Amino acid sequence: MPQAKAAVIRSDLDIVIARTLARDTAKELGFGAIDQARIATAVSELARNIFLYAGTGSVTVRGIEQNARKGIEIVCEDQGPGIADIELAMRDGYTTSRGMGMGLPGAKRLMDEFVIETQQNVGTTITCRKWRAS
Amino acid sequence: MNSLRIPILKVGDVLIASIQVALHDASAVQFKDDLLQKIHDTKARGVIIDLTAIDVVDSFIGRMIADIAAMSGLMGARVVLTGLQPAVAITLVELGLELTGVLTALNLEKGLAMMQSQADQTEENSDATG
Repeated sequence: MPQAKAAVIRSDLDIVIARTLARDTAKELGFGAIDQARIATAVSELARNIFLYAGTGSVTVRGIEQNARKGIEIVCEDQGPGIADIELAMRDGYTTSRGMGMGLPGAKRLMDEFVIETQQNVGTTITCRKWRAS
Repeated sequence: MNSLRIPILKVGDVLIASIQVALHDASAVQFKDDLLQKIHDTKARGVIIDLTAIDVVDSFIGRMIADIAAMSGLMGARVVLTGLQPAVAITLVELGLELTGVLTALNLEKGLAMMQSQADQTEENSDATG
């Protein structure tokens, strides 16, 4: 099982670094090409949210195992403003930035599990997982 | 920040840009600006953007592609997107970005043929009306 690896998000270049890290880890864990693309795309959306809304934060990627299932876990953390209305933020097409409003709902669709913990003016942690088809 | 420039080639009245590296946001915006300027300078009638080498298209790049297609259209140039990998097509649709209104072709060769057949049609139409 590969060790957890983290990417710091400070600029738009780091978004590419984070998604490359996620893709490489997914590949190491035995995910197929399409799942690798799903995982990399989800991380790209979440890392961009960190950059746009919090400015800085981190993306941590690790392999996980549960009941003989193998998967990948991605934790995206920031100390930004938090999400005021999660229900609204998860709605397709809703955006407060220059994006398309696809980031959160899109990333959720691409992953199997998706949990948001957020507190206003404290920060946001999004933990998402994808399991390998056995 | 060093923003990497995507080379844009001119063949007849078609511009061809093959994106070979992962685009970060600033380089995608730079590409949009460069391409629109080049359409203006060369009076190109068509643009082919080849994504064969690209393995991730997220919502930002997807929006940029849709914007480029719409803006090029306003300038009289049609955009054809070529070489989308299966995994990219699947993630784009799952993400909710179907790029409706953007013309696509399987590969560069088919993209060029599509561009040519449209140019021929336009000529026929103008012959018929003129």
